[in-house]
Amino acid sequence: MMKRILSVLLLSAMAAVFCLSLASCGKNAGSTPAQGKQETLYVYNWGEYISDGFDGTVNVNKEFEKYCREELGRNVKVNYSTFSSNEDMYAKVSSGAAIYDVLIPSDYMIQRMIAEGRLRPLNMEVMENYRYISDDFKGENVYYEPQDGNTYSIPYFYGMIGVIYNSAIVEEDEEAIGSWKLMFDPETDYRGDILQFNNSRDAFGTALYYLGYDVNEATEAQWREALDLLKGQKEIVQGYVMDEIFNKMKSGSAAIAAYYAGDFLSMYEDNDDLAFFYPKEGTNSYVDAMCVPSNAYSPELAELYINFMCRPDIAFANAAYTYYASPLDLDYIETDGEYLEELAEYRAVMEEVHEDAMEILYGDMASGVPSSAYLNLSDERLTLLNDLWEELKVESSIGRGIYILCGIILAALIALAVYHIVRRRRWAKLYD
Amino acid sequence: MKILSKTYMALIFLILYAPILVVILFSFNRSGSLSHFAGFSGKWYGELFRDGEALTALKNSLILAVVSSLAATILGTLAAYGIDRAKRKWMARAMESVSNIPMMNPDIVTGVSMMLLFVGVANVLRREPFLGVWTMIIAHTTFNLPYVILSVLPKFRQMDKSLTEAALDLGCPPVKTFFRVELPYLVPGIVSGLMMSFTLSLDDFVISHFVSSPDFRTLPLYIYNQTAHEVKFSMYALCTLMIFVILGLLIAVNLAGSMGERRQRRKAGGK
Amino acid sequence: MKKQSVVRGAAASPYLVWSLLFIVAPLLFVLWFAMTDRNGSFTFENLRSLTSYSQTFVMSVGFSLIATAICLIIGYPLAYCMSRASARARNILLVLLMLPMWISLLIRTYSLMALLDNGGLVSSFLVRLGFRKLTFIGTEGAVILGMIYDFLPYMVLPIYTSMTKLDVRYVEAAADLGCNGIRTMFKVIVPLTVPGIISGVTMVFVPSISTFYISQKLGGGSFDLIGDTIERQFQNAVTYHTGAAISLVMMILILISLAIMNKFSDGGEDIVV
Repeated sequence: MMKRILSVLLLSAMAAVFCLSLASCGKNAGSTPAQGKQETLYVYNWGEYISDGFDGTVNVNKEFEKYCREELGRNVKVNYSTFSSNEDMYAKVSSGAAIYDVLIPSDYMIQRMIAEGRLRPLNMEVMENYRYISDDFKGENVYYEPQDGNTYSIPYFYGMIGVIYNSAIVEEDEEAIGSWKLMFDPETDYRGDILQFNNSRDAFGTALYYLGYDVNEATEAQWREALDLLKGQKEIVQGYVMDEIFNKMKSGSAAIAAYYAGDFLSMYEDNDDLAFFYPKEGTNSYVDAMCVPSNAYSPELAELYINFMCRPDIAFANAAYTYYASPLDLDYIETDGEYLEELAEYRAVMEEVHEDAMEILYGDMASGVPSSAYLNLSDERLTLLNDLWEELKVESSIGRGIYILCGIILAALIALAVYHIVRRRRWAKLYD
Repeated sequence: MKILSKTYMALIFLILYAPILVVILFSFNRSGSLSHFAGFSGKWYGELFRDGEALTALKNSLILAVVSSLAATILGTLAAYGIDRAKRKWMARAMESVSNIPMMNPDIVTGVSMMLLFVGVANVLRREPFLGVWTMIIAHTTFNLPYVILSVLPKFRQMDKSLTEAALDLGCPPVKTFFRVELPYLVPGIVSGLMMSFTLSLDDFVISHFVSSPDFRTLPLYIYNQTAHEVKFSMYALCTLMIFVILGLLIAVNLAGSMGERRQRRKAGGK
Repeated sequence: MKKQSVVRGAAASPYLVWSLLFIVAPLLFVLWFAMTDRNGSFTFENLRSLTSYSQTFVMSVGFSLIATAICLIIGYPLAYCMSRASARARNILLVLLMLPMWISLLIRTYSLMALLDNGGLVSSFLVRLGFRKLTFIGTEGAVILGMIYDFLPYMVLPIYTSMTKLDVRYVEAAADLGCNGIRTMFKVIVPLTVPGIISGVTMVFVPSISTFYISQKLGGGSFDLIGDTIERQFQNAVTYHTGAAISLVMMILILISLAIMNKFSDGGEDIVV
């Protein structure tokens, strides 16, 4: 009886699957009437880095599908997935564990991938929206491209790293505010409330800036000094995280963290106790840009996507969702006049989020501190960085109590084994 | 003594369930917070059903579970047949121990070894690796196999061999004998193997984590991805739904079991 | 007769091919990657470099040993209490015990993290009671607690099963012969449930030592267990060869300890009989 009911349950589960898949097939067929075969575009981007239609915002990927359907007559499906650090992205792409059409990594990673021949030059003829991009991100200003006459990447967002803290937890007169010291002071009052980056380049970056070394040209001894600093910091941090930082900072589970300026604004939206500064010792500025890997399935479609992302209405919708600084040339758009409405709307949204939003992203606050970009490191330095990162991760000072407990358990196990053997021998003798 | 044991059980189960209950409760929270409750609201459930990604993941999970559990059941039943009837005993023992490997190995080693196989083969063939639906189906079928064998093999061993021999002696061809005589006897074992692999496949995260590609994301991978980024509150709604579905299934199975028992007892009493 | 054995041989052959391709071959690939370098030439360098991970190994073994021991200490009495309950209550208790085993580990770990987080329910409750603010996440205690919480049912279930199979007459006989409760427990019940204990211990120890999600979420990434290290080699850095070497060593360690434990359980039953 029981088995019969089980099999009925299982059968119904299977029936549900087929209904579900049939239903979804039907739905697809309904929404895209006879427009040839479906093409899929694989996009790989940072997490929380696109307007995804949450809470009534524009869903950029859906808009692109609609654009392809209505204006190009093509049946395109965007397969969108996310990574949490450049290194994760590189691991997936270089091992070939997955193939993508559009990647959106940061500057130094683009430089490395171009050097390794993993990116293909873009066909600039289709990039008609490229004219909206500010000159700061073109030509010789693109420090991460080889300047060989080709363009490999189109900027997506740019920004700087700063320190976010919770003013309800961190004392207002804390002298370390304004400096990296807030994250590194071993005597800190905020032990267990500090979050550090969970990727090697950014984590070591914070330490090198605090020590006042050059993040690209540091000597091996300086890298090791940074490692020692990070090892010391391990005692006071709550953890190494990337995008989990959103939940932790918003809910007050952590009080101090270094992260990207745009993300500060989206956290601030939910928790207005949060405050932000760019550390006076200097910090990292970066450009994240869209590029097409050399093994892409459909580079032509990828270029259409990249161009679409530069269209000011889409770019503003995206910027108004992620709160990152857009590389569009705002002055040009103002004189051009075609997207004035969207620009005004974007400005209004940003003002509403934080009174200093535009200041933090584009203005004086950002230009007030020394900043530098990460560049691709030499192979030797990359190996060193990788080794040091392993060393930092592996290092952990666990309490002595754990060792004692462990010892007790092991001793008990051995005692048990000895007792067992002795007893068995005795029984064996008795039986003889 | 009775009271002591009851309090002990209550305490442990309370601790075991506290986090789950918190998730269920806060999935109805009007505000997006896990520490203070701002009133009941079903908005996260609405959000969940608008989330195409979650629904696709659900669909993928179900498809994968059905395909891989069916494949594992067919392969595993045949394997149990072969192991049971193997002429050479060492052969049977070798086959059994090989089938136990994925069960004894930690999931992460199974996952890593599968990934290395796929990546390594792709390297040898000088092709781009092909992680996706097929690698997922292969991996899930493989880790389900030992569970199917484990539940079918005892049935073969308990089976009265003289029935088969009688059928064969009476001129029934072996294939027909298998379907007519042996299979009906094995059905309970096969069904429980199928159920087991179905649930294991639905639940698996670690192995899928290594052999999947973004093309084909199952529910556990979707949840992992959520918790690695900013967690949307609709995820708590999803978790709550999953918990209730599992609870419903368990209760149904349990009720069916006790009903069956009672009926059997009544039958026995009637006789 | 000839035809019959051919059919039988054919029945198992799809499985044979399958297991060679997808069970044996992957393990050979692990071995191959562990023994070669980037250029594909043979080397012991990967295995030798594992010495820098000795602390990881010690810590993982330590954490999972402690978690297993605590699971046993908590779980054994629980299984005992459950097996003493009335038949009706037992069914309900069994469902209560199995439910968490069927809920995804990700959900359970994450919800535990949400509960224990600074500013989460537990810590705000403690602060309201007047305690000093405590940090759980990112401590070794949190990782061990996570292992216990996640895997406790896997300890209880096999012990419970072997207790319900236990012949009550042994216990009664011991009582009749003047054995008091505690002596009966340790002289009769415990030895008879050794197989349950062994499988419970394996079912807690193996997933604990290879976990990475628990240490990522509850340890805040500060405690690098073997599982984390392997996961990082494959998902974050492209050092498959080191990752394969670590996996190989972990696999061998676990197989050895399983073999030792099986030796134990073989002897367990004939002690009393």
